[in-house]
This record gives sequence, structure tokens and C-alpha cells, in this order.
Amino acid sequence: MSASAEAPAARRRPPFLRRARRQPSLLAGLGLTAAIAAVALLDRRLAPRYAFALSPHPFAPPSRAHLMGTDQLGRDLFTAVVQGSRTSLEVVAGVVVIAVAVGLPVGLAAGLQGGLLDDATMRVSEVVQTVPRFFLAVLVVGWFGPGLPLTVLLGLTSWPFLARVVRAETLSLRERAFVEAARAAGAGDVRILARHILPNVARGALVVVALIGSRVVLLEAGLAFLGLADVNVPSWGALLNNAQPYLDRAWWMSVFPGAAVAVTVFALNLLADGLAGLLDQDGEEERSWGAPVRDAA
Amino acid sequence: MNRRYVLRRLLLVVPTVLGVVTLTFVLVHAAPGDPAREFAGEGADETQIDAARAYLHLDRPLPEQYAAYLGHLARGDLGTSFSQRLPVRTLIAMRLWPTLLLTGTALALSVAAGLWLGIRSARRPHGGLDAGVNLASLACYAVPAFWLAQLGVLTLALRTGLLPAGGMNDPRAVHTGMAAALDTGRHLLLPALVLAISETALLLRVTRAGLAGERGREYVRAALAKGASEDEVVRRHAVPNTLLPVVTVIGSRVGFLVSGAVLVESVFNWPGLGRLVVDAGRAGDQPVILGMVLLVSAAVVVANLATDLLYAWIDPRVRQR
Repeated sequence: MSASAEAPAARRRPPFLRRARRQPSLLAGLGLTAAIAAVALLDRRLAPRYAFALSPHPFAPPSRAHLMGTDQLGRDLFTAVVQGSRTSLEVVAGVVVIAVAVGLPVGLAAGLQGGLLDDATMRVSEVVQTVPRFFLAVLVVGWFGPGLPLTVLLGLTSWPFLARVVRAETLSLRERAFVEAARAAGAGDVRILARHILPNVARGALVVVALIGSRVVLLEAGLAFLGLADVNVPSWGALLNNAQPYLDRAWWMSVFPGAAVAVTVFALNLLADGLAGLLDQDGEEERSWGAPVRDAA
Repeated sequence: MNRRYVLRRLLLVVPTVLGVVTLTFVLVHAAPGDPAREFAGEGADETQIDAARAYLHLDRPLPEQYAAYLGHLARGDLGTSFSQRLPVRTLIAMRLWPTLLLTGTALALSVAAGLWLGIRSARRPHGGLDAGVNLASLACYAVPAFWLAQLGVLTLALRTGLLPAGGMNDPRAVHTGMAAALDTGRHLLLPALVLAISETALLLRVTRAGLAGERGREYVRAALAKGASEDEVVRRHAVPNTLLPVVTVIGSRVGFLVSGAVLVESVFNWPGLGRLVVDAGRAGDQPVILGMVLLVSAAVVVANLATDLLYAWIDPRVRQR
């Protein structure tokens, strides 16, 4: 008998798509996130103009020529908002890569090994989570500039969130019967990790990754709003900063870039919510106040 | 409360605080540029820079500098601002009160609204209200507070003139006593509301999820079987059990609240720490930002400690671990 047959991942479950259909927020989140990613990837096709090109039409309201209007120098906002999506998602992608590269191994190791390693990594992650990274980011951008240094900083401050969730999951999995069975059957650490722990940790980790992404979008926009962004690259936060003195003259300068931030964050939160719902679905069915519930073991 | 638990929890603060202090020390020393040159200001000659270096103890060996840094922090000395030539502690103290007023009001609003809405929406799981509230709270949680602030200024202040667009007091009116407080309240309303929205959404979600977990548990069924109404069971039994995670989340939001406040303040020209941080960021005034990092870290540590102790006080099971 193969040990993996007992793993919950291989338990009889309806196929992913059928379960996902009962989780509308997951589908909506996936769709929306994919759409935003597509805009970011195709930004120069959708809005081929130079984002900082001046035109003789300052403060033009949204029209056919300028879908989102123009700013005080006649620059086309549609171009800037579309190209800004790439700026934002590039930071997200970089941060997620760093957070997973650090957080996943740390969480797995801490959960599997326990003991001193566990204590040490958890203390370190606590310190990282205590320091307010918004202000840390202000410092780092001041010293090293925006762009890559900011991405690295946000990545290095994002991993503890993932590591803690992965550690908790690993800890509970370690004691479960199917892992012990595999161990008894002679499976080594690597095999147990790859076949039994990782697949079961992955879905919880995905929820965290989506949440990390949504926080990074907000943080990046906030920093750029304070003027801490690369001035040569269009970014949503910088557009909102630019809109501030002209709020009474040109509402579109604030409304469209801000909506872009909000929709992106919403999409990622929706995705996380849907993924988390999918995990809950595996555990329990819907219940009302009077229905019996399996108390958590 | 169990004295040993309190003591152990207090001891756990030590490595965290040391870690934060060490992290900032390493960062400052890894940073490019010469703090002595910055401190001496533009146009300073070599002797002046050397004097600044000696004044800042930058000519001492690193371990000695680290010890001095610890000593300064222990006395609450956060260093001197490069651009304003004033102690960072003084600068922060001057701006602290408006920010505390703003974040405190926002927190109070969001706790009240978040708990109430969370309990309301958990009554009928998967009902229309619940689904609507879920979606709405996700949306509110996604909106950046500083953008909401701009929209608020746009609609409620500039278009309709209902509320002031910025500042903390009306500069044209000379108010005293009650009238001054009311005037500040009018200026406070919009920034506090804007800041409270996403916190409310979060607390609502935590409350709702917590209550969903209590649903159908044995004690709930027992109370229902004894004839208690659903309202009563929720209010008297389920809600107190849900408060623990809610308290934890409130404690964990200190850092977010302050950084959110900094952004919202800069939209409303609120005379708090936001202005200080923005100016320091632009001027490259690192001691001020570093002071903020340390101050907010300390606030986070205190908040976490307070929630843990509160947790233990509410729930005896925690103390016994």
C-alpha cells in the first residue's frame, strides 16, 4: 500500500472546479486578478503612449480622446494608470518571490525540527513583525532609493507572516496519522516533506501569499503618495499625490488611480477569501446556530 | 492574575526589544552616506565634520557605540534631527497629541461599528445580509484610506461644504473652551471616519468569523435546548468567547493605524506626526524617521503585551499554559 493514499490531499474530493463553483469569491478573485495581471503584462499594447508626454489640453475631463482625462500638464491619465499597474505588480511579484523563498523553508524547518531552531526563527520573525515597515520603508527609500531596494525591504519584512502560518500547519500535520504511517513505512524526511507536508501546506500558504500581495499594493501606493517613488516610472500613488492640490478642479485625477489601487487590492483579498473558504469547505459543511459541529480535535 | 504568567510574559518582551534596537542599529550602520557629514550640515569643513563625528560618538569602536545607543534609548533619547537641530523626542512630542486624537477616535469608532456589524451579520449565516456584508467589508478593507480621504474632501468638503477640508481648527475663528472642542471635533470627523473604515471592515470580519466558529458548539446547543433565545445565546455566551481574537487583532493594528494616520494626515493637513514624517522623508532627516520606527515599535510591543495580559485575564486557560 502506498502511504500517500492516506494523505488528505488524496482523499476523495470533488474536483477543484466543482468545489470552486460553490465559492463565488474565489472565481471572482481569480478572474479579477488575472485581468489586472493581463493589463500589467500588456500595458504598452493597451496604452502605447509615453506616460509623461505633455499635451496642450491640461485638466481635460474624461473623453474619447482621454478616457480618464488629463492632469495639470495635459498628460494622459489612462496611459499612466495602465502603465502604473505594471509598476505595482512588479513590486508585488518581487516581494512574493522573496517572501516565499524565505518564509516557506523557514516555516517548514521550524515546524518539522521544533526545538531551538523553532524558538530562534519565531523570535526573529516576532522582531521583524514588531518593526513598522512603513517607516522602515521611508528610511530605506531615503538611503537606497525606490525600486529594487524597496522590493527587497518589503520582501524581507513579509516572510514572517508566511513562515508562521506554514509552521503552524506543519506542526499539526507532523503529528497526523498519515505522516506517521509514511514514516513507519520508511519514508525519509525529504519524501515526507515533498509528498505529504508540502501539498497540504501549499493551500494555506496561497491564502497568505494573496494577502501579502494586497498589503504590498497598498504600501507601495502609500509610499509613492508621500513622494517616495521613482519619478521616472508611472505609479498610482504618485498620481494620487499629484492629484492632491487639484481636487477641486479635476476629480478624475484622484478617482481613477485610486480606483485602480482599490480594485487590485480587492481582487487579491477576494482571492484570499475564496481560497480560505475552499479550505474551510474541506473541513466543515455550512452550519446554522443549532446544528451539531465536530469540535476541533 | 497568576504572577508567574505575567512575569514570563514580561520577560518575553526583552528579546523583542533588544532585537528591534539591534536591527535599527545595524541598519543605520549599513546605510550609505556619512551621518557626521549630514549632522554638520552643508558647507561644513573637515574639522567641523570631525567635531560632529566625535559629538555623535561615531569615532568610537562599534561595540562601544552600540552600548551608548542602548544607553541613550533607555533614557528616552532618540537623537537629534539633522534638519531642525532639535531633539527628535521634542519634535515627536510636539506632534504626538493630534495623531493620538485621530488614531484614538478612529479606533473607538471602528471597534464599536465593527463589533456591532459583525454580530448582526453572524446572526443568519449565509443569508443575504451576511453575503452582502462579506462583500462590502472586503471592498472597504481594500480601499486605501488616503484615497478615501481625497474622495471625502472632494464630496463632503469641497462640493457641499458640509465639513472642513483640512486642518485641526478654523484659523479665522477664535474659539475657547467648548466652542474650540466642537470646532476640533468638526475637523476631526472626516479624517477619523476615513481612517476607521478599513479597521471597521477588519474587525467586522474577525467578529463574524469568530462567531461562525462558535455556532453549533455544544454549549450553544445546550443553552438553546434550555430554552434560551438565539439572541440571548449569541449575546451572553458566543460573543464573550469571540472577544479574545478580536482583542488580539485590535492590538496588532497599532502599526497600521499610525502609518495610515500619517497618510490621511497629509491629505487633511492634520498637524500630527504625518507632517513630521513627510518633511523628514523629503529632507533625508533619518534620525526623525528612526525615532518614529522606534516609537511605533515600542507601541506595538506594549500593545501586544497588553492584549496578552488582557487575554489571560479574560480566559483562565491561557494562564495555565
